[in-house]
This record gives sequence, C-alpha cells and structure tokens, in this order.
Amino acid sequence: MKRLAKWRLVSLFAILTLVLSACSGQPYLSTLQPAGEVAKKQYDLMVFSTIMMIAVMAVVAVIFIIVLVKFRRKDDKIPNQVEGNHAMEIIWTVIPILLVLVLAVPTVSAVFNFADVDAMEKKNEDGTSDALVVNVRANLYWWEFEYPNEKIVTGQELIVPTDEKVYFNLIASDVKHSFWIPAAGGKMDNNTENVNKFWLEFDSKKADPDKLFQGRCAELCGPSHALMDFKVKALPRAEFDQWVTNMQNIKEPQDATTDLAQQGQEIFNKSCIGCHAVTPSNGTPADARMAPNLTNFGDRNIIAGYLEHNEENLKNWLSDPETYKPGNKMTGTYGELTPEQLDALTAYLMGLKVQGE
Amino acid sequence: MHVEEKMTVETWPAAPEKQTLEAKNKFLGFWLFLGGETVLFASLFATYLALKDSVPRSDMPLAKDLFEIPLVFAMTMILLTSSLTSVYAMYHMKNFNFKKMQVWLGITVVLGLAFLGLEIYEFNHYVHEFGHTFTSSAFGSAFYTLVGFHGAHVAFGLLWITTLIIRNSKRGLNLYNAPKYYVASLYWHFIDVVWVFIFTVVYLMGMVG
Amino acid sequence: MSTNAQKRGFGATIWDYLTTVDHKKIAHLYLIAGGLFFLIGGLEALFIRIQLLKPNNDFVSAGLFNELLTMHGTTMIFLAAMPLVFAFMNAVMPLQIGARDVAFPFLNSLGFWLFLFGGLFLNLSWFLDAAPNAGWTSYASLSIAQTGHGIDFYALGLQIAGLGTLIGGINFLVTIINMRAPGMTYMRMPMFTWTTFVVSALILFAFPPLTVGLFLMTFDRMFGANFFDAAMGGNTIIWEHFFWIFGHPEVYILILPAFGIFSEIFAIFSRKRLFGYSSMVFATVLIGFLGFMVWAHHMFTTGLGPIANSIFAVATMAIAVPTGIKIFNWLFTMWGGSIRFTTPMLWAVAFIPSFLMGGVTGVMLGSAAQDYQYHDTYFVVAHFHYVIVGGVVFALFAGAHLYWPKMFGTMLNEVLGKITFVLFFVGFHMTFFIQHFLGLWGMPRRVFTYLPGQGFETSNVVSSIGAFLMAAGVIVLLINVVITSVKNEKVGNDPWGDGRTLEWALSSPPPYYNFKQLPLVRGLDAYWIEKMEGKKGMTPAEPLGDIHMPNNSFIPFLISLGLFIAAFGAMYHGDEGNTWGIPVLIFGLLFTLGSMFVRSIKDDHGYHIPKEELIDDNDKGVKA
Repeated sequence: MKRLAKWRLVSLFAILTLVLSACSGQPYLSTLQPAGEVAKKQYDLMVFSTIMMIAVMAVVAVIFIIVLVKFRRKDDKIPNQVEGNHAMEIIWTVIPILLVLVLAVPTVSAVFNFADVDAMEKKNEDGTSDALVVNVRANLYWWEFEYPNEKIVTGQELIVPTDEKVYFNLIASDVKHSFWIPAAGGKMDNNTENVNKFWLEFDSKKADPDKLFQGRCAELCGPSHALMDFKVKALPRAEFDQWVTNMQNIKEPQDATTDLAQQGQEIFNKSCIGCHAVTPSNGTPADARMAPNLTNFGDRNIIAGYLEHNEENLKNWLSDPETYKPGNKMTGTYGELTPEQLDALTAYLMGLKVQGE
Repeated sequence: MHVEEKMTVETWPAAPEKQTLEAKNKFLGFWLFLGGETVLFASLFATYLALKDSVPRSDMPLAKDLFEIPLVFAMTMILLTSSLTSVYAMYHMKNFNFKKMQVWLGITVVLGLAFLGLEIYEFNHYVHEFGHTFTSSAFGSAFYTLVGFHGAHVAFGLLWITTLIIRNSKRGLNLYNAPKYYVASLYWHFIDVVWVFIFTVVYLMGMVG
Repeated sequence: MSTNAQKRGFGATIWDYLTTVDHKKIAHLYLIAGGLFFLIGGLEALFIRIQLLKPNNDFVSAGLFNELLTMHGTTMIFLAAMPLVFAFMNAVMPLQIGARDVAFPFLNSLGFWLFLFGGLFLNLSWFLDAAPNAGWTSYASLSIAQTGHGIDFYALGLQIAGLGTLIGGINFLVTIINMRAPGMTYMRMPMFTWTTFVVSALILFAFPPLTVGLFLMTFDRMFGANFFDAAMGGNTIIWEHFFWIFGHPEVYILILPAFGIFSEIFAIFSRKRLFGYSSMVFATVLIGFLGFMVWAHHMFTTGLGPIANSIFAVATMAIAVPTGIKIFNWLFTMWGGSIRFTTPMLWAVAFIPSFLMGGVTGVMLGSAAQDYQYHDTYFVVAHFHYVIVGGVVFALFAGAHLYWPKMFGTMLNEVLGKITFVLFFVGFHMTFFIQHFLGLWGMPRRVFTYLPGQGFETSNVVSSIGAFLMAAGVIVLLINVVITSVKNEKVGNDPWGDGRTLEWALSSPPPYYNFKQLPLVRGLDAYWIEKMEGKKGMTPAEPLGDIHMPNNSFIPFLISLGLFIAAFGAMYHGDEGNTWGIPVLIFGLLFTLGSMFVRSIKDDHGYHIPKEELIDDNDKGVKA
C-alpha cells in the first residue's frame, strides 16, 4: 500500500514535470527557462508574484463559489438590504496594501540592480573600460554589435563571454526598436535620440553551442518587425578572447581562396561593399554603416537574421530580399543577379570566416 | 423670468450671468472647458521646455539670442490692460450699463488687435532676421506651436467678442446674452493668464538662458 | 415645434436623427455607430487570428498585417468601446439623476457627429490610400518614418473624434453637477452615474494631452515641423509621454463605466443594495485619480531610469487596492442576496473571475523588474484583452441586454442571450488565456508571423479557434437584435421586475421629456424605496407645469462636416503637385467657423411643451 502511494507520488511528479516542461517553452527562447542572472531574478519575481496572485484568486474563488451556490433565488422574499460592513471593508483594504508592499520591495531592488551600469562608466585613461561593453545599434531589420573596447564590429550574431556581466549601450539609427534576449533577461528599447544602458549575464551551464540563444526586436518597427531576430552565442571567456583576437587580426578584407569565390569577391567589391564592410575595424562612423558587417559571415548561424545558414537560403535571400524581409533596405540597391553570379557570391560570402573549421 | 424679457436697472439681478439653468450650465461648463484648456497649454509648455534650444546646428539661434524684452514687455502690458478693460466691461454689465460695456469691450478688442499685430511683427522678425522658422529646428517648431496656439486663441477671442458686440448692439442686455458676454470675458482672462506664463517661461527664462 | 409626431416617413425619421438633440436618440446613434465599428474591428481581429493560425502563413502580407493590427486597436478603443460606453451614459445617466436632458443637448449632438466623422475619416483610409500601420500607439519614430497617408488618417481622424469625446465629457460633468433632481445628493447617485461623473473628469484632463500629441504629429507629418525628428533636435519620447498620459486614463475611461454597469446589475439581480456603496464611490474616485499617476508603466523599457520606474511601479501596484475593494464589494452584494441568473447577470458573474485574471497580471506587469520580460509580448496582449474584453466588452454586452428595454421598449431574447454568453465566454478564455504563455515563451506582440519549431503552433491554433467562437457569439447577438426588433413586443416600466434606480420608474422607452414632473429622491435606489413602500411610481417634487425643451438642430452635423473636409485638405496639401489642399483646408475650417457663427448669432430659446399637452399624455398613456 505504501509502495503504491509512493509510486503514485512519483508518477504524479513525473506528469507534473512533463506539464511544466511543456509549459516552459524552448530553452533558448523562453523567459521561463532563465539562462542568466537577470532572467533568473526576473523569473523568481514572476514565480513569487504568481503564487501571491493565485492565493488572492483562491480567496475570491471560494467566496465566489459559495455565493453562486448558496444565494440563488428560491422564493420571492426580499433579502436584507445590507449597507456594508466596516470591519470587512478594512480587511480587504489593508491586506492588499500589505501584499503590494511585499511585492514592491523586491521589485524596486531589482529595478535598481538591473540599472546598475557603474562598471561600464568607469573609464581608463585611454577611454576604454574594464567591463565588456557592446554597443547595440538597431536598424531597420538588422542589428549591429560594436565592441568599443576591442574595436571590432559585427552584426546579426552577438558573441559574448559567459558568466560575467556584459554591458550594453542601445541606440537605434532609424526608428525605435527594442533589444530582447528572453532567456538572458528583459528587454530595453533602442531609442532614436538617446543611448540606453543595461547589463545581462549569460550562464555557461545553460549556453548551448548548438542552440544559440534567440534575440528579437520587441518594438513594432515596420513590416519585417517579426523577422528582426538575431542569435546570441555565449562562449567561455577564453574562446571569446580567441574570437576577439581572430577578428582583430583581420586588417584587410580576406581574399577569396577559390576561383569561384574570387569571382564572387569581384561582384561584391562592385555592388555590395558600399554598404557591407568585410573588415571588423570600426573606422567608419556609425551613421555611415548602412548594412551588417560581414567579416565573419561564414561563421554565422543565420542568414538575414532568421533563415537557416545554408547556401540555398543565401541565394534565395540575395536574389529576392523583399520576399524574405518585406520593407528591408537592401531591395533594389543592386541589379538582378544571374545564377552564376549567385553561386560566386555565395562561395565568397560563405568563405568569410575568422574561426576556421 | 423669461430670458428675453426687457430688463431695467431695477429688475436687473446681481448675477445676471447665472439666472437660468442654461446660464448656470454654460457658466460651469465653460469653467470646465478652461480646465481642459489648461491641460492643453500645460502639454504645450512641457513640449517647449523639452525642446527649448534643441537645434540641429550650433550656428542656429537659441532663446537667448532671439528674444528682446522691450517688445515682449509691451505686448504683455497691452494684453494685461485688455484684461482690465474687459473687467470694466463686466462691471458695467452687472450695473446694466449696456453702452459702457460695449465701449469697454471695444477697447478690449482694439488692444487685442494691437497685441496680435505685435506678435505678427515679432514672428516676422525672427523668421527674417534669424532664420528661426517653424521648420528650421525642433526648437522652432515648439516655440511657434506654443506661442502660435496662444495667438490663435487671441484671434478666436477677438472674433467672438466682436461678434457679440455687433450682434447685440441693437437690442441691449438681457438674461439671454448676459451669460454669453460673461463667458467671453472669462475666456479673455484665461488667454491673459496663459500669456503671463508664456512671458515668464518662454521669454524671461529664455533671456537667462 | 413638437418632435412628438408619430408615424412619420422614413425620410423624416432620418432627418430627425440627423438633427436630434435628445439624449435618448443620441444614445441610439452612438449604439448603432459604435456597434458598426465594433463589427469592423472584430473582423480585423479575425483576419489577425487567421494569419497567426499557422507559422509562416501568408494569408495577409506583413504590411497589411500591421495595418490590421493598428486599425483593430484604434477602432476598438476609440470607435467601438468609447462610443458604446457613451451610448449607455447618454441613455441612462440623465434618467438616473432625474434630469430632463443633458446640460448641453446641442453639444451632445455635436459630440456624436464629431466622433462619427472622425471615425469615418479614419476608416476611409482603407479605400483612399493605406490604413495607418504604426500600431494604435503610433510611436513617433515609426509613424514619422511611414510614407503614404496612413498615419495622417490616424492623426486627423482621432483629432476630430477626440474633440467630440472631450465635449461629451464636459457635458456629462455639468449635467451631473447641475441637473440632479430634488433630493438626489451626490451620495445618493447610482453607481453608474458616479462612474460617468469620474470618467467625464478623466476625459476632461486626459484628452488634451492626446490633442497636443496629435497636433505635433500632424505638424511634423504635414507641415514640416520637427518635434519628433532626432536629427533636427526633436525627441520621440515626448510622443510616448503624451500618448500614455492620455492612454492610461483612457483605460479607466473605459473600465469605470463597466464597473458602473456591473454595480447596477449585481444590485438588481441580487435584489440587494450595493454592498459598501460609499467605499465603492471612494474606490472609483481613487482609481480615477491614480489613473493619472501611472502612465509611465507603459514605458518601463524606454529608459526613464530606475527612480522613475520604481515610483511608477509602486503607484501602479497601488491601483490594485481600490480595484480589490470593488471586487469584494460586488461579491458581498451577492452574498445573502436572491440571485437571478438573467443574461446581464451571467455577464456580470463571469466578469469577476475574468477581470480578476486581468487585474492580477496587471499587478505583475506593474512590477517593473518583471515587466522588462513581459513588455511588448503576448503576455501584455493577454493582459489587456482580459481587462478590456473581460471588463469592458462584457459590460457592454451586459448593458445592452439590461438597458435594451429602456432604450427600445422591447426585451432581447433571453435564450439567445445566454447562447451568446456561452459562446463568447468560452471563446474569450480560449483566445486569450494561452496568450499569457505565448508571451512568456518569447513571442513578441505585433508580429505578422512566427517561425515553426519554437513551440508556438498549437497555442496559436487554440487562440484562433477561440476568436471564431467569440465571433459566433456576436452573430447570435445580431440575430437576437433582428428577431427582437421584428417582434417588437413592448414592455412596461420595470421589465426586470427588480429595478432600483430612477430610470426604471419611467416608461420603456421614456417620453421625450423624460419626467413630466421631476421626481423627489428620498435615498439611494430611489425607485426601490418607493416600491418597497408599496407605491407605483415616484413622488413628484414639483407641480405639473410647462416643460422647456431645446430645438433640434442640423448645425452640429455641419460643424463636424467642415472639419471632415478640412482634414482632407490638410492631408493632401503636401503631395507633389497638389494645388487644392490648402484651399480645401481653409474652406473646411471656414465652413466650421461659419456654422459656429450661425449658431452664435441665431437666437435659439427652445420651445415649451404646454401643461395641457402633458395632461393629455396621461390619458393616452406615454408614448415614444
């Protein structure tokens, strides 16, 4: 009997776990599977407030059900016309006030904690800071990530070290966007007129090299708002440093290695380089960077922010960007590409790697 | 008491603007409307303060370069005086002295016109001397919108009071048009109060930078 | 002079409605126009849900989707919910305080026509150019960047409609302050009148910031100003502030009348006076007051800084307190009562858990640190539909069933009413409950599509099915309205049998002058008091005398028409090669000013219904 009870309990937990995991979304995307300090604190607050709210709802539910069952009209009697009850009214005024106060304390403390960016403000003599800073510039349907201390620029794929605070400067270059990596923490807006600052942290235990964290734009910004995604690759500090060094080592555009890719590079230099840089230095002023930096395009995991990274998708995207991202700024900036030209460009772009195989 | 009844000094009540239900409603409704107008101007002031001196190029004129106190001070005095003359007009309305009321309202209108004339001259001056226009910068947009909204209110008030003067010139005061006069003068005072704030916030605070 | 004539032709009826200044007829106009816009907004919602039925769907294009979501929100808030609330305010509030009409019948009509022309203008965008596509919030950087005239339709249409609302607010305030029947003190006013009163004050102070915001946007887009152009020194956050300084009170402008309607319903169908009446009044006023202190909780992620975010977070959570008071007062109104589950009561009962759900997620959203995760996700979409549909729309359905006899003299069918309720209630929870989770799983709002494999598929299907159930419920309601109107079975003064407030002392519908003699009010639930003492009706507070009535007028229509015309001029004048824009703008404005001028110089003293005619009415019975 006792064993049966235990077995029941276990299966109950199993079902509960199953339901909960079904209810908690994808680990690279869901706010319910926090993968960093900020998201974790927010998740804890969510759980705390949800429990509190369920308690409130339970009280209401009990009274509600009693009322509906017990006080149905049975006869034509006129009920007693009660004016009110001061004691009860005071109770249901004071208790909610207390509940609100209990929730207010962790809320305010977390708000200040999330806004604490002192580390990025502390500048060394050369204007850099010891903290890792990323300038996030949001553009109509693409993201630029500039590392001001390391003096490199990349786009669409944010690469960060794990287990340390990463500080962000957020700005938009055209319309308002909002920078959101659900698994790592809440969002903050990229305004057009001012820089917003906040920090996130990425947990090495949750970072998965196969399923990179998903980032998205959370503020309506035009037709392709839904497609303005980006990926976040969180690497251990050493690997991150290696990546930075690899990037920094590229001073000149990398030369194509095959004939086909060489043809591609020629097309690129004629039609694309006006907007897309292939060196990571941040020499060009931010306003003049019209399109994502492609220095490490071959290493990336996505095309156009959301398509799977393969040659077919790249060709589709290059030949008809409007279909894949309505309203984007690349459509119409170059002529129609022949299949040969597409092959060549694809070969060139896919070869743009800094990490090696 | 019928609203169009011919009145005499003896039968004229102490508060002619609030004798009928319609008049009481009008009186209260207009005060509430002015409450809404206050929020409207508060919003415009907030916009102005947020965008004051916000210009795209450093060679563009700022508040401290633009404003000249003598002219604006003259405008302020004219508008304040016009408020006073409208008070006289209301004083004569309460005493059932129709002629004097009309005359004082006429003077109010003349002063209002003078104010508007100076304002047009002022705007013209900024546009031609400084290139400070509605479209030249956010500062320009905010300045002309705030002061221009006030100017539009002045113009509307002038039209309104003039209409009242002409419409009633032949028939004298009664309990039907007394609340109309009263409400128009309230509006005029409100415009004046708004200007006092504009004078302080835009011009005086603009001078000190 | 009398508008009392019966059996008129169709044309005469139309003309009567075009010129009417009777609050009861204006209520009909608001109900019909608001109802039509509600159907349009609902259709837009269905298109949205069809598009999101499956990942990578191409039912509508990305651009069209943004137009749909913008017009759905704008239509539902400004052109459906607000006018429908106004319909009940107009129909019921003057009766509840024992007034013969509103304070400014002419302005009442003007308010309606401004709203209608504004709404028409906004919806013409579908046919003339492109609909607005920057969301109902129309955040400045995006809306300024849009080419075409979509946003212009938004800015100008809402400006005109908003003016109408502002006028309506002032009108109701003056009516309640000045025109209560003898004995109707403030603390004897029915709850619905109280909420109308507070809401009108909110309108008075909340709409001017919107007016200014819309002006700035109009100037930026059509007249070359630079308020929101960062490159010219502008600042888009100004728009966000103005929009939400208006937008948050707007939410209370919608929900407080809903609270009022439910307060009436709970009392009527529990046969009990409202529990804790004075604390209900206090809570209403407090909610209205706090409504102005919390706008920045819509901007927690804008970057206002931790101090502002903390203050607004705490202020927001504080609103839970008066709202909680209300919930418990409603529950204890029913406690010990004698509950009859009519259609209105079903909506009211269902409102409590539904609204509570929206309320608790509201507290969670108010807690700023969590909000960084919820903000602009489907969690927010779920939250505000729980409060606006679960609160406001439920109240509109409940109010429609409750007040239908008072407005039209016939009862809606109870069986069909209950079918509507079940379909809509189930559909509503199906559609929106799951959306909380979609948001938490990382689905942002206002996305025209989503990718497969993120776990959003099933939930979106459930949500879309729910939307169709809601649509089915609305269709049943429409059938109900048609059947009821065709049958046209007239009912008596108090068709629900348990009416408590003054409107139930009058015939259904009431005579055009409402009260032959103003009633004497002896306490809260004035009619109930008389009934309990065995009296048939109210004790008159004045002898029978002539009744002063306002004349009908076509001028409100013309004033609104002028602005409608001017809006076209303003919008198109900047087009390349356009020569007629400025002349049309000036013509329209002059047309409006001219109409106002005519109104001003033409004396209009109204007319009197002679005593004799009123005595006649006694013999014939009261007529419509």
